[in-house]
Amino acid sequence: MMEKMIFGRYLPLQSAVHQLDPRAKLLFIFGFVIVVFLANNALSYAVLAAFTFVLIYLSKINIRFLFAGLKPVIWLIAFTFLLHIFLTKEGDLLVEVGFLKVYEGGVRQGAFISLRFLLLIFVTSLLTLTTSPISITDGLESLLNPFKKLKLPVHELALMMSISLRFIPTLMDETDKIMKAQMARGADFSSGPIKDRIKAVVPLLIPLFVSAFKRAEELAVAMEARGYRGGEGRTKYRLLHWKWKDTVALSLLFVLAAVLWRLRS
Amino acid sequence: MDIQLQEVEYRYAAGTPFERLAIQHVSFAIPEGAFLAVIGHTGSGKSTIIQHLNALLQPTKGKVIIGDRVISAGKKEKNLKAVRKKVGIVFQFPEHQLFEETVEKDISYGPMNFGVPEEEAKRRAQKLIRQVGLSEEVLQKSPFDLSGGQMRRVAIAGVLAMEPDVLVLDEPTAGLDPRGRKEIMDMFYDLHQKRGLSTVLVTHSMEDAALYADEMVIMHKGKVYKQGKPRELFSQPDELAGLGLSVPDVVRFQHRFEALSGIQLTKTCLTIDELAEELSHAKKRGGLS
Ligand SMILES: Nc1ncnc2c1ncn2[C@@H]1O[C@H](COP(=O)(O)OP(=O)(O)O)[C@@H](O)[C@H]1O
Ligand SMILES: [Mg+2]
Repeated sequence: MMEKMIFGRYLPLQSAVHQLDPRAKLLFIFGFVIVVFLANNALSYAVLAAFTFVLIYLSKINIRFLFAGLKPVIWLIAFTFLLHIFLTKEGDLLVEVGFLKVYEGGVRQGAFISLRFLLLIFVTSLLTLTTSPISITDGLESLLNPFKKLKLPVHELALMMSISLRFIPTLMDETDKIMKAQMARGADFSSGPIKDRIKAVVPLLIPLFVSAFKRAEELAVAMEARGYRGGEGRTKYRLLHWKWKDTVALSLLFVLAAVLWRLRS
Repeated sequence: MDIQLQEVEYRYAAGTPFERLAIQHVSFAIPEGAFLAVIGHTGSGKSTIIQHLNALLQPTKGKVIIGDRVISAGKKEKNLKAVRKKVGIVFQFPEHQLFEETVEKDISYGPMNFGVPEEEAKRRAQKLIRQVGLSEEVLQKSPFDLSGGQMRRVAIAGVLAMEPDVLVLDEPTAGLDPRGRKEIMDMFYDLHQKRGLSTVLVTHSMEDAALYADEMVIMHKGKVYKQGKPRELFSQPDELAGLGLSVPDVVRFQHRFEALSGIQLTKTCLTIDELAEELSHAKKRGGLS
C-alpha cells in the first residue's frame, strides 16, 4: 500500500547527478528555490521547465516514475490552481458560470504557480532520489559547520536527521504490516464516512507509536553500549570531496538565474 | 470452504524502479478441512502467498479462488470484508497489532468489525482467553502490561474471535519458548480437528510441519518447488538440504542410522514414537542385536 511512495527514497544509479557532492546538490536546491521565483512569464517558465527536464534526464531517473510519485500532492496542486483561477480578477473575462468568473489572468497565474510547485517537487525529489540519506546528512553537517561557533548543535541535528531518514522506510514497512493486520481483522481504511475513517486510524497509530518508541529506546541503548558520546572529537569514515563538476553544477544555477533575469517581464 | 491459487504471480511496487517479483506460477489448493504446511527459506515468498488468501494482496497475474469469490489480476475488488471474515490470518509477530485499552476490547475488535454485537464479542473473548491458555483476569488488563508471550496469545485470540473457516498462521510460534510453542501448536491442532478448521501453517519448524500437516508445500525462490505429503518430502533430506532446509531430527537420526547400520526401515518416521516402533520391528526381524 505504501510501496508507491517515492518521497524520501533513494534510487542508486550511476549518473552525473548521483556523483555530485551532496553539498553541491544541497546548495543547488537552496538556490533553485530562490531562482524559481524569478520566472514570471511564459518564456521564463518555459526555460525553467526545460532546465528541470534536462536535470531529470541527466539523473537517469525515469520521468514516469517522478509523475507517479506526484500522486500524494496532486490534490494540493489542483487546489492551488483552482484557488488562483477563481480568486484572481485580472485580464479579460473568459467564462462566467453563475457567480464564478474566470479571468485570463487567473488561468495564467494558476498555471504558473502550479508549474512552479511541480518543478520544485521534481527537483527536491531528485535530491533524495539521487543522494543516499547518509550523504545528505554528511553534506548538511558539513554545510552547517560554521554555525557551531554560534552554539548550534550541528552534529546532533545531523544525527537526528540521519536517524529519521534511516527509519522512514522502516516505519513505512511497519505501517503497511499493521494496516494489513488490522484489515485482516475487518478494519476498513479506505471507504465509509470520514468520521469512521478517522476512527479507523486509531488501531494503526497506536501500534505504530508503541513500536517507534520501542525502537528509539533500543537504538539509544545500542548506541550507548558501543560508547557513543556525541560529536566531540569524532572523525568521519566517509569524507566529502568537492570536485570541479560540483563547481560547474553550481555555476549552471547562476547561468539559469541570469537568463531568467533577462527574460522576466 | 476451499481456496485455490492458480498461476499466481505477485510483484511488489509494480511499475516503479523498486518493482520486485516476489512469487510466480504459484498453484495449489487448500481443500476444506486440510492442514497445509508451507515451508521455505526466508524470502522464498511464503508471507506474500498467504496475503493472497484473504485478498490483502491482489495477484498481478493469475487468480485466487476463495470459496465463491474469484480474485484475479487487474480487476478492482470491492467488498472484501466477507472474504476476510472467513479467512483469519495470524501474522508474524501478531502482538504488534494490539492497540486497545483492555485485552477484552482488543479481542472484540475483529468480531465487532464484522458486525457481531458487543455482548457476543465479549462472550467470545471470555471463552477464547482460556482457550489460549490465559486466565480471565487478563481480560481487564492493558495488553501493553503483558509479557511478550501473553501478548502473542491475546493477538491469536483476537483472530480466533472472528470465528473464521480458514485459519492462516504465519510462523505463529517464532520467538516463543519451547513449552509455549507446543501449547500454542497443540491448541491450533485441536481447533483444526474439533471444528474442522482448514489450517495453513507457514513455519520454519520442520518438526511442526511433520507433526501436524497432512500436506506440505515447499517454496523456493518465489516458486512452488514441490508439494506432497510430509512423509514423502522429508524422505529426501539431501534434496531439502540443497534448498537450505532441514528435516526433522527424527528423520535425520533415521537416515544416519540407516547409513551406518545398513538396515532399511520400512518407512520414513516422523515422530519419536513411530521411530521407536519401527526400530523394534527391525529388531524382531533380526536386523538388530
Ligand atoms: N512490502 C514489500 N515490498 C517489497 N518487496 C517485498 C515486500 N515484502 C516482501 N518483499 C520481497 O518479496 C520476496 C518474498 O518475501 P516474503 O513473502 O516475505 O518471503 P518469506 O515470508 O518466505 O520470508 C522477498 O524477496 C522480499 O524481499
Ligand atoms: Mg515471512
